[in-house]
Amino acid sequence: MSTAVVNANSAHDSHDAEHHMPYDPMGIKIGMWLFLFTELLLFGGLFIIFAVYSHMYPREFHQGSSHLSVPMATFNTFLLITSSMTIAQSITALRTGNKKLCLSLLTFTIACAAGFLVVKSFEWGAKFHHDLYPGTEVYFALQPGESAFFSLYYLMTGLHALHVIIGGILIAVVMRAVSKGTVNQEKYAFLENAGLYWHLVDLIWIYLFPLFYLVG
Amino acid sequence: MSEAAVDKPKVNYYNAKSGIMSWLTTTDHKRLGIMYLYSLGVFFAFAVFMAFLLRLELFTPEIDVLTFGGAQAGDLYNRILTLHGIVMVFLFIVPGLPAVFGNFCLPIMIGAEDVFFPRINLLSWYCYVLGGLFAIFSIALGGPDTGWTFYVPYSTTTGHNVYVPVLAAFIVGWSSILTGLNFVTTVHRLRNKNMSWFKMPLFVWSLYATGWVQIIATPVIGILLLLVMMEKVFGIPVFDPRIGGDPVLFEHIFWIYSHPAVYIMILPAMGVVSEIIATFSRKTIFGYHFIAYSSIAIAAIGSLVWAHHMFTSGMANEARVIFSFLTFFVAVPSAVKVFNWIATMYKGSIRLSPPMVYTMMFILIFSIGGFTGLHLGALSVDIHLHDTAFVVAHFHYVMFGSAGIIFFAAMHYWFPKMSGKLYNEVVAHIAGVLFFIGFNATYFPLFIAGYLGMPRRYASYLPEYEFYHKFSTIGSWVMIFSMLLMFGNLIYAARKGKKSSDNPWGGATLEWHTSSPPPTLNFDKLPDDIPGSYDYPLEVVK
Ligand code: HEM
Repeated sequence: MSTAVVNANSAHDSHDAEHHMPYDPMGIKIGMWLFLFTELLLFGGLFIIFAVYSHMYPREFHQGSSHLSVPMATFNTFLLITSSMTIAQSITALRTGNKKLCLSLLTFTIACAAGFLVVKSFEWGAKFHHDLYPGTEVYFALQPGESAFFSLYYLMTGLHALHVIIGGILIAVVMRAVSKGTVNQEKYAFLENAGLYWHLVDLIWIYLFPLFYLVG
Repeated sequence: MSEAAVDKPKVNYYNAKSGIMSWLTTTDHKRLGIMYLYSLGVFFAFAVFMAFLLRLELFTPEIDVLTFGGAQAGDLYNRILTLHGIVMVFLFIVPGLPAVFGNFCLPIMIGAEDVFFPRINLLSWYCYVLGGLFAIFSIALGGPDTGWTFYVPYSTTTGHNVYVPVLAAFIVGWSSILTGLNFVTTVHRLRNKNMSWFKMPLFVWSLYATGWVQIIATPVIGILLLLVMMEKVFGIPVFDPRIGGDPVLFEHIFWIYSHPAVYIMILPAMGVVSEIIATFSRKTIFGYHFIAYSSIAIAAIGSLVWAHHMFTSGMANEARVIFSFLTFFVAVPSAVKVFNWIATMYKGSIRLSPPMVYTMMFILIFSIGGFTGLHLGALSVDIHLHDTAFVVAHFHYVMFGSAGIIFFAAMHYWFPKMSGKLYNEVVAHIAGVLFFIGFNATYFPLFIAGYLGMPRRYASYLPEYEFYHKFSTIGSWVMIFSMLLMFGNLIYAARKGKKSSDNPWGGATLEWHTSSPPPTLNFDKLPDDIPGSYDYPLEVVK
């Protein structure tokens, strides 16, 4: 869904020849900001649930948290922050006309995204190995509250991982547009929007990381 | 024949291209408005048919109509009730005015060629239709029986399939978000440079406020529906008490969206009312700024009253008092609008054309709906009235009798613009009056039955309520007949109606300054000097 949104933004200037609305990067970005706002609210619902439950079950949340792997999550945090930096740099690169640098920075960003997902799958895999996921006997044997913690853990990090995947695809689409030249030194709102989206993915992780792994 | 050849119609958005593909791939906001109108019409007719069955079942105290298919007694009623609610809320009244008339009129009214993101607009339509098809498709799987509110734990434990309609609502939610996002951006970026904020027609103001509510509220229900699906499909419980979950939290989050959603329904309707009343009273709207700001006030305060749906669900007393107070408070800006409309009509040169008559019915029905809302917002009274037929009557008065009738009024108001044809006004008047009678006959008895204790969502009832239910069912027949008449009249006019002039009502907003139907890019030539939205020329237009 979000790919389509950002995409359509970029298509704004080139659609039906019969319309001749001017290219308006400001408007395109307003649209993107509004969209990001909805994404924040989407996660916001989950954060509310997290807040309520952790208030109800502080001890159980603490216990749940102790099962999670801090080193893996820290490494992932590092990957995402780095990638956020490289995508920001890629915009500057394109604006100064360095298309090649822009493309390699974007490639690096995608590599970070992929790395994040690989680490995440190891992390989840380890839990699955111990049957620690909703529906199993192990899960229902947990204290009420601790099991709620794990439900939220899978839902929130899962939804976030989905956003990482979408973001990665989005960046790939932008890369194609950059190499074809439809996104270029003059018209780069699409790239900026992809950057905004990627920063959002990063930002949400910056909240998930302490909430799940550190605060407990 | 030869005459018709000489009088060849101008090229307009409707005849500029032809063929089904030209419609399915169009990014023209006017064509999308028409496509929404048709698809909305189909879903509405479907849900009305469901309602017809419900009322038929309630004709007698026993369960004797909805018994086919070997279903358990009352089960079929629950499922039909749920589908009726889902389709009416998510597919008719929430998208209704913005998707159809907002799409058609908003860009024209601000002197633009299209919305800011035309392709997203098309995507939004596909989301809408896809969601609608899922909703209808869920019947094939037996249909959900939870009521349109999908309350847990029932929705996650019932044997009936729930995830298909939940998915439907989720997808339609995206359509709603995308439309809101598009409108807000459009108003910011594409207003004609001579149209300042306070020159904008009030319908545009209300669409702008609605757009914000759509953006702010819809994601919240999106995530909630996603959670229900996750629990149903993947077995990841969140609200399940067995894992320490809290079902009341579900209700909170549900109403954090769904209460603002009632403002998504009513705000655009209020905008249309302002347009119609000004046009047919030929007077500048009274208190333009108040009306504009009260839309924003409603959108803001309306986001803070959700828990008045949950006075009996278990909540701290302090919280209940606060929510009750805020509920009373939100009535203030609504009342401001009503007074402004009446003041606009005062000493106006009123013409009782069908849109105006419908709008006057709206004011009456909306007042009843609003006042009964105050009953429900009062804590002590609500404990008695909660989950009774009184609530059913109240929300039909607000959603159907107010937002719904304004949908009909808008259809009659912009019909000449959209189709370039005129309809038979006498038939439209008869249909309107019949609707008014039928509507009140259907729902007013429910206020009384509810007050006397008739619960909602029941297929059978005690004999002492029989009179009210019989009355109501007969009223529903009158109402359904009146709608058939109304739509029949318009469909006939779209094919065979007389040609309309560009400005049959003497309106002052920009859409009346272009031809009927408008050309593809909305204006052959934009007026140099954008007129005030409510500056009517002094001489009376015939
Ligand atoms: C022909 C017109 C209509 C008739 C005869 C009708 C009748 C009914 C009836 C009999 C019920 C069930 C009440 C109960 O058993 O508790 C109902 C429920 C409902 N109706 Fe309508 N209705 C009509 C139009 C509408 C419209 C236009 C809307 C929305 C805009 C709407 C929204 C709802 C909702 C939300 C429910 C509640 C469903 C639930 O409890 O989950 N109806 N209606």
